[in-house]
Amino acid sequence: MKGYLRADGRKGIRNVVLVTYLVECAHHVARAIVNRYARNNVQLIGFPGCYPNEYSLKIMERLCTHPNVAGVLIVSLGCEGFNREQLAKTIEESGRSVDTLVIQKTGGTRKTIDAGLVSVNDLLVEAEKVDLVPMDINELVVGTICGGSDGTSGISANPAVGHCFDQLIANDATCIFEETGELIGCEQIMAERAITPELGAEIMKSVEKAEVYYTKMGYGSFAPGNAEGGLTTQEEKSMGAYAKSGSSKIHGLIKPGDLTSQGGLYLMDVVPDGEPQFGFPNIVDNAEIVEMIASGSHIILFTTGRGSVVGSAISPVIKVCANPETYDNLSDDMDINAGKIINGEASVSQVGDEIYQLVCDVAQGKQSKSEELGHQEFVLTYKRFEDIGPSCLPTVR
Amino acid sequence: MVNKHFVLLSNEDNVFVCCKQLLKGSSVSLEDVDVTMTADITVGHKIARRKISKGEKIIKYGVSIGSAIEDISFGEHIHMHNMKSDYIASHTRQSKAGVKS
Repeated sequence: MKGYLRADGRKGIRNVVLVTYLVECAHHVARAIVNRYARNNVQLIGFPGCYPNEYSLKIMERLCTHPNVAGVLIVSLGCEGFNREQLAKTIEESGRSVDTLVIQKTGGTRKTIDAGLVSVNDLLVEAEKVDLVPMDINELVVGTICGGSDGTSGISANPAVGHCFDQLIANDATCIFEETGELIGCEQIMAERAITPELGAEIMKSVEKAEVYYTKMGYGSFAPGNAEGGLTTQEEKSMGAYAKSGSSKIHGLIKPGDLTSQGGLYLMDVVPDGEPQFGFPNIVDNAEIVEMIASGSHIILFTTGRGSVVGSAISPVIKVCANPETYDNLSDDMDINAGKIINGEASVSQVGDEIYQLVCDVAQGKQSKSEELGHQEFVLTYKRFEDIGPSCLPTVR
Repeated sequence: MVNKHFVLLSNEDNVFVCCKQLLKGSSVSLEDVDVTMTADITVGHKIARRKISKGEKIIKYGVSIGSAIEDISFGEHIHMHNMKSDYIASHTRQSKAGVKS
């Protein structure tokens, strides 16, 4: 396996130039720049709000210095609250190329688009110079999410991803699973898998926090499609979602944007701290995908029963379809047919091995279905987090 | 696999999960007992493995996934009309159901 070596020593599996807008008012200009490139390594990300927010600055810093990213063009309107100077400084300090265009200083829409095209051309030239070096499986970070779950997810695609995770972790790779709100009911069994009792207690607390938060919101992490697909309760959905984590010990509890320094399995706590302030913890699957990418995920394994079609900016998304009927209907969007398990045509471990092989292939440059189709969804909104406690990342193995 | 239509995920379970659609009125043998479907059962949905009383836990994957809110007979479809979460309410596009009491 080979990876793009960044100046900060991290290795990526893609070589992306990002154009990021820092407020909705700069969105059109940034999109117009990206749309001039008929290639999928010039990608658009951004933040819509005008008010500053520590969380969104941290996530944006992590995304712009992600191992898959070679360089960044920042597009600012000029008067918004986002700290563009700090973002540019962080990117520069990581050794990546960065350029900032402020629409109010550059002379408006047309002039900023023209200047942006010059910037992106330069960033692409710089990106071409990045060295490809040997990369081991233990340098890979893989995240997993389920979206559009149904009654098949928890018995086919999710345990198959769990089997793949067990193999990745056996090879010292880093694996992240998440959405504590979709693990309500599994807190006790998860805590027992923690490598220290103190970490187990933190995991219990994180799920209790999720339950309180979701109760105040008035909805669990449960969509109408889940019910149409045979799931009846949050804890039933949780048990199915939980199967994605496999059977390895849990090495740590991280929050969005936190980086890990050694391989193993990590739970991401995505539910904000304190009283609900900005609404639902994650408004949609892509918000969770962005958070796992911010914590270094090179690849996302997305399991779906009802049939999600999304991809993501920055890191490839691999779609694992749980339901055989959905697979037949949406096969152009699905990378792996875990519905074979439901039909009795393959075992969980056989499909898990198939996912593992595809992770290796995609890491070596093979395009996932969502990449081929041009999916580069991106969502980042307001949140508030406190730092993780000292027991959350034990150093013992 | 109990048969080509249903799977039993854990021995402690009181539900089977459908892996191949079965229409209302069709009969199927479940662990040597014949039962007629009282509703269309599509992939991913649950039916009762035995009679379940109101208030009893629904067991799937060997763990509780909620409680029965009415008596449920053998082979009956189990969903939002006869069970609820013990944690947090579920909702459909039309309404909320299974509100925690």
